[in-house]
Amino acid sequence: MNVHAIAAIYRFEMARTFRTLTQSIASPVLSTSLYFIVFGTAIGSRMGQIGGVSYGAFIIPGLIMLSLLNESISNASFGIYLPKWSGTIYELLSAPVSAIEAILGYVGAAATKSVLLGILILVTARFFVPYHIEHPFVMVGFLVLTAATFSLFGFIIGLWADDFQKLQVIPLMVVTPLTFLGGAFYSISMLPPLWQKIALFNPVVYLISGFRWSFYGVSDVSVGISLVATFGFLLACVAVVWWIFRTGWKLRS
Amino acid sequence: MHAEAAHAGPVVSIKGVGKTYKSGHTALKNIDLDIRRGEIFALLGPNGAGKTTLIGIICGIVRPTSGTVTADGFDVLTDFRRAREAIGLVPQELSTDAFETVWSSVSFSRGLFGKPRDNAHIEKVLRGLSLWDKKDAKIMTLSGGMKRRVLIAKALAHEPRILFLDEPTAGVDVELRHDMWEMVRALRETGVTVILTTHYIEEAEDMADRIGVINKGELILVEDKATLMRKLGKKQLTLTLQAPLEAIPEALADLPLTLADDRHCLTYTFDTQAEETGIAALLRRLNEQGIDFKDLKSEESSLEDIFVSLVHGARA
Repeated sequence: MNVHAIAAIYRFEMARTFRTLTQSIASPVLSTSLYFIVFGTAIGSRMGQIGGVSYGAFIIPGLIMLSLLNESISNASFGIYLPKWSGTIYELLSAPVSAIEAILGYVGAAATKSVLLGILILVTARFFVPYHIEHPFVMVGFLVLTAATFSLFGFIIGLWADDFQKLQVIPLMVVTPLTFLGGAFYSISMLPPLWQKIALFNPVVYLISGFRWSFYGVSDVSVGISLVATFGFLLACVAVVWWIFRTGWKLRS
Repeated sequence: MHAEAAHAGPVVSIKGVGKTYKSGHTALKNIDLDIRRGEIFALLGPNGAGKTTLIGIICGIVRPTSGTVTADGFDVLTDFRRAREAIGLVPQELSTDAFETVWSSVSFSRGLFGKPRDNAHIEKVLRGLSLWDKKDAKIMTLSGGMKRRVLIAKALAHEPRILFLDEPTAGVDVELRHDMWEMVRALRETGVTVILTTHYIEEAEDMADRIGVINKGELILVEDKATLMRKLGKKQLTLTLQAPLEAIPEALADLPLTLADDRHCLTYTFDTQAEETGIAALLRRLNEQGIDFKDLKSEESSLEDIFVSLVHGARA
């Protein structure tokens, strides 16, 4: 195992985050704060409770997930796309670095940033709405697992993309709509029966439901199913990345 | 492979390597080449000849369609870690981490190649390339020549035993070019094998121990530079005449003489390998013909002449 390479990639990527703090941290925290102000404080004060939880507190797990998914994908996809775009990828390809080591470095750094951001949003939420966490270890587990899974997904997008438009299309056109429709702002039990069934095909429902359960002990689907679905997606992403490095698809000519 | 065995053979061994891209373009055809440990090997060839593809295969960036390559005794595909640890690559393109500082970019390269942090070594490399004053500068603020130095520093950061320089002096000013070749000579002194491609043939002539010529994906020739110059090189003796000559006299027709258009210069071409150059006889016969000269000079064919004739010969 090339531990020095993993550490070098990880430090390099983390340094990029701290160099672009406004873009990496301040911007998502600000936009999430606006959600809290609009939906949590202004509109939320006029809405009833959902599952015994005030609306402002109810949307916290969904909003954290919204940022977590977007930032995990964005961090990891940009991290590997940038060297492809600038041509510096030659160094990674000619280095004694295996697929797993590259993943640990790039995805590890992207997931770390996302987890830090999730924690920061959680702290920020305290300024707007009161909340509690019933299962803090499960909450942290979901946070880390989701960040790692979607960082891997972002890594795949970064490897696949050959222009900046492709880099943005899946987060904007697929992930964000799925998150909004995945129960970030409502419980899927509020939907008509047919739409409740359709919603179960949305993988983000399982993430938000499981994460919300760790806060308030209420969920749309069983927490066990949420965990299995998240692990399943994680394994699928690992398999795809492993295949990409083995075959050199989009990397080696 | 056993470590001793790995160090006994050629430092790079290429056997039957071919490369055909998905587009159907064949970039390399059945290349066989051994690079000796500690030598400076110059790979010459016109644009699109396959030089960069061959370097890409050795370094692991391009996958060969056929054949095997070992670097420092290790197969570049099956034992890629140990093979790549031995190699440093300076690419042709100026691909740099624009937003990073020189120091962080070079340190990153060392870690990537599996070496623990060694600030003293990084400092030595940067000082050796006159980059020490720029260590905290962002790479995007540097000139093209300085960026080229950064790429070399990155390639040297992990103390490679084999250094590939793909057109390293393209777009570099004369002073920097000379500095770079000094550095290459110094590296050779420490036992590093240097493989370079260049368009500046006089550099290959000046620097290389051996020359390989590649054209249309085929290795036309591999030879010690001195032997190549001797084998294919021709010498010319040019005589500046006292009085213009209308034509070469019949009595001298058997000699390889040419008369310049201005009728003032007579050129005698001879083989450097021949036992007798024939110069003494030439001068005697000129004297017999009453042809006087006021100056004479001899010239040897340059590597460029040889290269051009080889490539044109292959095209014919």
